[in-house]
Amino acid sequence: MTALTARSISAAFAVRGEIGRWSVTMKVGVSIVGLIVLAGIFAPVVAPYNPYFQDYDQVLLPPSWDHLFGTDMVGRDLFSRVIYGIRIDLTVGFIITYVPMIYGVALGALAGYFGGTFDVVLMRVLDTAIAFPFLVLIIVIIAILGPGVHNIYIAVFLVAWTMYARLARAEMLVERNKDYMLAARTLGYPTSRIIFRHALPNIINSSIVFSMADFVLNVLLLSGLSFLGLGVQPPEPEWGAMVAEGRDFIFDAWWICTLPGLAIVLTGTGLSLIGDGLSQRLGQRHQTIL
Amino acid sequence: MPEPILTVEGLKTYFQLRSGVLKAVDGLSFSLAPGEVLCIVGESGSGKSVTAQSIMRLIDPPGEVVEGHIRYGDTDLLSLPEQKMERIRGDRICMIFQDPMTALNPVFTIGAQIAEGLREHQGLGRREAKAKAIELLRLVGIPQAEARFGDYPHQFSGGMRQRVVIAGAIACQPDILIADEPTTALDVTIQAQILKLLSEIQKRLHSAMILITHDLGVVAAMADRVLVMYAGRMVEYGDVETVFREPKHPYTIGLMDSIIRLGGARDAELRSIPGMPLVPVDPPPGCRFRFRCDEAHERCETETPPPRDLRDGHSVACHLLAAEKA
Repeated sequence: MTALTARSISAAFAVRGEIGRWSVTMKVGVSIVGLIVLAGIFAPVVAPYNPYFQDYDQVLLPPSWDHLFGTDMVGRDLFSRVIYGIRIDLTVGFIITYVPMIYGVALGALAGYFGGTFDVVLMRVLDTAIAFPFLVLIIVIIAILGPGVHNIYIAVFLVAWTMYARLARAEMLVERNKDYMLAARTLGYPTSRIIFRHALPNIINSSIVFSMADFVLNVLLLSGLSFLGLGVQPPEPEWGAMVAEGRDFIFDAWWICTLPGLAIVLTGTGLSLIGDGLSQRLGQRHQTIL
Repeated sequence: MPEPILTVEGLKTYFQLRSGVLKAVDGLSFSLAPGEVLCIVGESGSGKSVTAQSIMRLIDPPGEVVEGHIRYGDTDLLSLPEQKMERIRGDRICMIFQDPMTALNPVFTIGAQIAEGLREHQGLGRREAKAKAIELLRLVGIPQAEARFGDYPHQFSGGMRQRVVIAGAIACQPDILIADEPTTALDVTIQAQILKLLSEIQKRLHSAMILITHDLGVVAAMADRVLVMYAGRMVEYGDVETVFREPKHPYTIGLMDSIIRLGGARDAELRSIPGMPLVPVDPPPGCRFRFRCDEAHERCETETPPPRDLRDGHSVACHLLAAEKA
């Protein structure tokens, strides 16, 4: 019992020490994203109204204490919709970033470690995928499959792993020749363990840093596609779709476009700051965009 | 003489390069008795490390062991299935690397790295492995072993890291320990400590050891027997006293003459071997040392000198000796 307590106390201190060493960028980024995530998780508590409820007596009201972000053309409370939008945008953004990362890194690591035919074939597939402009490719796939979140998943999963595979392969080519990899082999460990347990933690840094930039772009991608009507369909409270809905009223009710747009900007900024902080911390020269 | 624990016979490890075939090891034979220390000496590129990696079966394409036998006890390592080889590697035959800065995985604690080998090969539980690892760290002279179990490699100095590497290698009490230039990357004072430690541990575990080095001082201090290599071939092989007292091969003689000796004449000039070591890519026939040998003659250009046994297991590959004998 005492040992356990001592352990958890030291663990708590270790976490504290860790946070103490974070850069300001990192702290600000984590605070912004942390608040947004919390608001999303506790959306039913944070949001004052039902995001789908249309009150035709309260149409196009400007921001006030009753409606912090005002109301839209069918009388829905914009603040509540923006809060519920966190759930959609961050969840989808997270999934289309990290699912491809998992298999992209795994494929790249295998290609880098084994080389040979597998490597050549994978790299050619990857070159082919990269040769198409990313957004155009995704729009084409969605145009074929039809709009909706599920088809966004399929389209992005087909394409987005390529960068991770490249990064992981490049790093694996470097790590593979280090003595500790040879040492792991001389110690008689199975190859799968050498690749995924010994090498993976050493090659994943650049992918983690890249994933933060990718996350930002993917939130923007989802909003963009929804804005174009290819992604999340109304009446779901998705930020890009909300901006699209407010387009017709931009001169009479600026808040319908602007405030969900600001939510996108704020999320992007927070994620970018975390990305920069991570890249400093993990010693990567790669900087995120924005 | 006791039954050898490791026998290498006619080992040939070639690398298929674009520029030709690199015959990194070309027909090497030696044997290792239990508890014996064999030093393999040679210049960079003479095939010492490739020999070690061939024994461990860690030669990757484009390299390949094309011929020869490596016997560990009664088993032929070269024909063993990979899974069985994995069980021998790290358990019965272990390796220590040149650069302790890169031989440890930077993202795991040293304790975890030592314990992993114990759990893999000896099937120890988490707790037993930890206890054994701490004991090993103590054995190799890491102060406050218990506290340092959870430290990462970057928290150790070079010498201390090499001690950790040694602890990992001896964890399963291997029969054969292969040390590939274990002191080259260390300070001179630390070198002596590490060599002393290796020697102590080798005696304690009764392991046989293959020590790869290019430092003749290390050979004199550690070896029972010496194998001198040049461009992938054995040039001289014998017990350390004989080879040091009466080197027979011109290359060995050249190596001996190129070190400073205490008590030597102060104005005596230090000799060096002229020329550059041969890189054995598609090597020409004949003796590979002849380009740098003062005493080379026609026969050296056409005929590869076979190893000739002199007395007491002293073996030399040079045509001059044949002439002498005849």
